[in-house]
Amino acid sequence: MPVVEIPTEKWKGKIREVTLGGGGRKTVVVGGETTLPFLHFEGEMPNRPVIAIEIQDCEPDWTGRLVSAWGDAVKDPASWAKAAAAAGADVIALSLESAHPDNQNTGAKEAEASVKKVLDAVDLPLMVFGPYVAEKDNEVLVAAADAARGTVVALGSCEEKNFRTIVAACLASGHVAIAKTPIEINLAKQLNILITDMGLPADRILMDPTTGALGYGLEYTYSVMERLRMAGLQGDGMTGLPIMVTPGEEAWRQKEAKAADGVPEAWGKIEDRAIIWEAMTATSLLLAGADVLVMRHPKAIELVRATVDKWMAK
Amino acid sequence: MALTGLDIYKLLPKTNCKQCGQPTCLAFAMKLSQKQAELAACPHVSDQAKQALEAASRPPIRLVTVGVGDGRKIEVGNETVMCRHEKTFFHEPGYVVRIKDTAGDDEIAQTAAAIAAYGVERVGMDLRVSGVAVENASKNTAAFLKAVDLVKAAGDLSLVLMSADPAVMEAALAKSASSKPLIYAATKDNAAQMAALALKFKCPVAVCAEGLEAATALAEEVNKAGVEDIVLDPGTRGFADSLVTLTQLRRLALKKNFRPAGYPIITFPGEQASSPEEETLLAGQQVAKYAGIVVLERFDPSTIYPLLTLRQNIYTDPQKPIQMQPGIYTIGEPGTSSPVYVTTNFSLTYFSVAGEVEGSGLPSWLLVTDSEGLSVLTAWAAGKFDAEKIAKSAKTSGIADKVSHRKIIIPGHVATLRGELEDELSDWQIMVGPREAVDIPSFIKRTWN
Repeated sequence: MPVVEIPTEKWKGKIREVTLGGGGRKTVVVGGETTLPFLHFEGEMPNRPVIAIEIQDCEPDWTGRLVSAWGDAVKDPASWAKAAAAAGADVIALSLESAHPDNQNTGAKEAEASVKKVLDAVDLPLMVFGPYVAEKDNEVLVAAADAARGTVVALGSCEEKNFRTIVAACLASGHVAIAKTPIEINLAKQLNILITDMGLPADRILMDPTTGALGYGLEYTYSVMERLRMAGLQGDGMTGLPIMVTPGEEAWRQKEAKAADGVPEAWGKIEDRAIIWEAMTATSLLLAGADVLVMRHPKAIELVRATVDKWMAK
Repeated sequence: MALTGLDIYKLLPKTNCKQCGQPTCLAFAMKLSQKQAELAACPHVSDQAKQALEAASRPPIRLVTVGVGDGRKIEVGNETVMCRHEKTFFHEPGYVVRIKDTAGDDEIAQTAAAIAAYGVERVGMDLRVSGVAVENASKNTAAFLKAVDLVKAAGDLSLVLMSADPAVMEAALAKSASSKPLIYAATKDNAAQMAALALKFKCPVAVCAEGLEAATALAEEVNKAGVEDIVLDPGTRGFADSLVTLTQLRRLALKKNFRPAGYPIITFPGEQASSPEEETLLAGQQVAKYAGIVVLERFDPSTIYPLLTLRQNIYTDPQKPIQMQPGIYTIGEPGTSSPVYVTTNFSLTYFSVAGEVEGSGLPSWLLVTDSEGLSVLTAWAAGKFDAEKIAKSAKTSGIADKVSHRKIIIPGHVATLRGELEDELSDWQIMVGPREAVDIPSFIKRTWN
């Protein structure tokens, strides 16, 4: 048999490593790749992609099937964090949803209390998200940053309109910023430049390129991530950062994950379809370069973890 | 490997006779290199040059067709890039479902009928399962032929015939060659006979061997026997080995012009999977990463539908975004007092707006205006989403008959159109919505009662 010479890519860049946790808590390192996802024959993937399980600081308005998967744990962020840890979370992603003006419009004090509760309940690293309303994000994330002083948490979202406040909080308390941009490679790079110009080192940034779920713009996120990752591997220091995506939130917003009735029979059984919707959104984005997945359903999480195990086995 | 204009020029007569319609041979060569002219336009080209140019213009991955059914046949191969953003992925993989000839007549007939009947509409496209792989698990010729008949009776499904025995394969081909089934498979033990069958019945053949080197060597052997339509099975059945091997095959074909790797690939994601979910996720990986035909072990709408959706996503041309059909869309069950939102027909815009409107909890009407598939800001800048267009779609869509109020909400990014729209739609009150879809729920809560 003739020997076939396998072409390999000689990437000169390396994705930066970002560390979360520490200060007496478990540590998680993401990034560090010198090749495209799971192509171990031509480069290193020193850190496996991690799964952050999303919990909220108030009872979620999620679809019933998803809420019941967590049972009574959702009634309190501490019990929910423990349940998430038991479900195998690498990181806890705490959404301060109650701060949304349309929700309970809670403020800094409640945010601080929720963060402390979760930190006390589990020893996993933490990510904290605001309610995606810039003014409120500023208020509650600054409080969260202060409450989590001493360990490294990731704070999001840090967007073009509020990055100064969030980055300042990261600088003051030693945290990581989650830089969110709307599915576009140049905007992502630009925000990273703005953030590093403020003095936050690039290894304290996670990129959130905005997630499209399966059937709802997945292909845009997928291709923007492939382009970001390839630019990073080619040596562009302002795109070569770990990528965080939110397949849980996005998949469970869609009818395919929520609607049992009034949908075509060809969609199949909701129980199976909903889980696949989240899991396949996640695995597809892993193939495009995701380093951190924020997920919701325990069964989907289990499937994705098993898949990552298989990809990482050499 | 594509030739440059200058490479082609060297092979032309260089007489500048103009009979091809171009002023010079060099100009013609440039047109050829851009695929804007056909070599046949040159009456004086030598046979030697013809051969060289044809060889060079052969696609690096051969286009192979399985089946004949309208909208059902599988045409795969002829891909030109590693990543879809570099151009696009052209020929979406076919999904086929394996049925064993030991399953029993009723079950075979029922499964085949269910597959044939299955269809689902998504963003204006009709998505289907391509066919069935009939496996000669019984090792019995009569049972295999019966199973093939039952599947054929179900409709115009594309067929994959699975048997390692050339005599069984020949008997099945004698009955079904006109529907152009894929012969699965030539192995190191039967390659010569299977290649002969492929030639005799003019059907494509899959070559199956463990690993990239063995599979490409076998493909070369079958190709030397005169078969052109080949499909590769490199024997990889897991996540990691399939990802690596299929990536390497695609690279060898595209970057090294290594002919034996230049064929579509068939995969079996369920063969070693421990659950239907695992099979589905592996099939999804193979759709994203380089499979041409994906053989599933079971037919279940709840896993097929996500896979069809993923394939549609991955194979959408990045230059030609999916467009929604312009018109009225309902979110929930809106009535005469429900809000009316205007947006563009770029699918992603539509999905964002529809998702947030649904999240607002208020049933609503969505008036999707033809912006030629552009998002709000881009369409506005390009003059594809202006007051005239919005007014036209409001007038012609019949939305006025659906609601008793006369309020219409336009995207915040085109607030500037308000004045003009008030002139065009004098009966209507023009409300300016938020710039970002995510702010719709709080906007409507504030402004609608």
